[in-house]
Amino acid sequence: MNGTDLWTLAVIVGLALVTVLTRSFFFISNKSWQLPHWAQRGLQYAPIAALSAVVVPEIITVQGTLISTWQDARLFAAAMGAGVYFWRRDVLLTIVAGMAVYLPLHLGLGW
Amino acid sequence: MFFLSRLNRHPAFVQGMREVSPQSPGIAAWGLMTGVAMVKSGMSVFEASAMTLLVFAGSSQLAAIPLIVAGAPAWVILATGFCVNLRFVVFSLHLRSFLIHLPRWQRMLHGYLTADISYVLFARKYAHPAETAAGRLEQEAYLAGNDFLNWLSWIVASFAGVALANLIPTTWGLGFAGILCLLGIQCSLASSRMRMLSAVVAGAAAVVAYSLPLKLNIVVAIAVAVILCLTVEKVRPAPGVKA
Repeated sequence: MNGTDLWTLAVIVGLALVTVLTRSFFFISNKSWQLPHWAQRGLQYAPIAALSAVVVPEIITVQGTLISTWQDARLFAAAMGAGVYFWRRDVLLTIVAGMAVYLPLHLGLGW
Repeated sequence: MFFLSRLNRHPAFVQGMREVSPQSPGIAAWGLMTGVAMVKSGMSVFEASAMTLLVFAGSSQLAAIPLIVAGAPAWVILATGFCVNLRFVVFSLHLRSFLIHLPRWQRMLHGYLTADISYVLFARKYAHPAETAAGRLEQEAYLAGNDFLNWLSWIVASFAGVALANLIPTTWGLGFAGILCLLGIQCSLASSRMRMLSAVVAGAAAVVAYSLPLKLNIVVAIAVAVILCLTVEKVRPAPGVKA
């Protein structure tokens, strides 16, 4: 059983506030206003950068050390997942197809 | 908001529910998987439940999990969640003209409850804000019904996932489904070459800077990718982008 701690709960409350802030960002104030141009353009690039920064190390490293073998279930699962996404444009299928590759390699071959 | 009778008694409320219902199994499967991933990555059942009920944003929840488990400082986790959620800031700019006539707490609650799919369906259905009070009420009721079924599908399935997680051995590595989900969302955002550049640079920078303390590699990677893309835009404006 995993333990609960107050710090994690505080982070969760913080993340909830982040959800509220970002989802209602431009209608919190009654006044109409604009972001500076660089920030508007930055909005185009930050979400995908944040996802990639989290995802890539989780696929090609073990605790930050680049994996030195191709016998890693995550590589094949991620390649399959991305391939299926660009084929069918469906996030759910991405997960299903990726796990269909991951589980046999991970559990069957121990990769 | 489903609890306001002026909205849930309006015919558009049911219509909103009906139009999101084909998406409901997909939302539920994603919620189920997020529930399992939260617990299998080391969060307690109470933490996972609180996260489900309060955060209500699958991508920022999943992105936060590895950081929480690694003991990253709160500001790094919140900054990462903020960046992942920046796509909602773009949505909010569009939704503003549809909601600004409401009292602040109501429009913020609508905003909080409107996730990706509800926004997309709403934006597809209503190109412009209504001119009349009756029209505005209809649009609001549609959004509320749409949000309600989306919320319900997500919450119920997430709790089922949290409950189910304890029956599945951790060695199966089901937490990886969360990473695949983020990968899928990442692919869905890769709609231009510049965004792909942003993803490649951020991914490489996050690996190169991994040894930085406090999971700062994430923050550094986002900053490097965004600054680089803005610089490339300046030097070589892409077609269709106003300088």
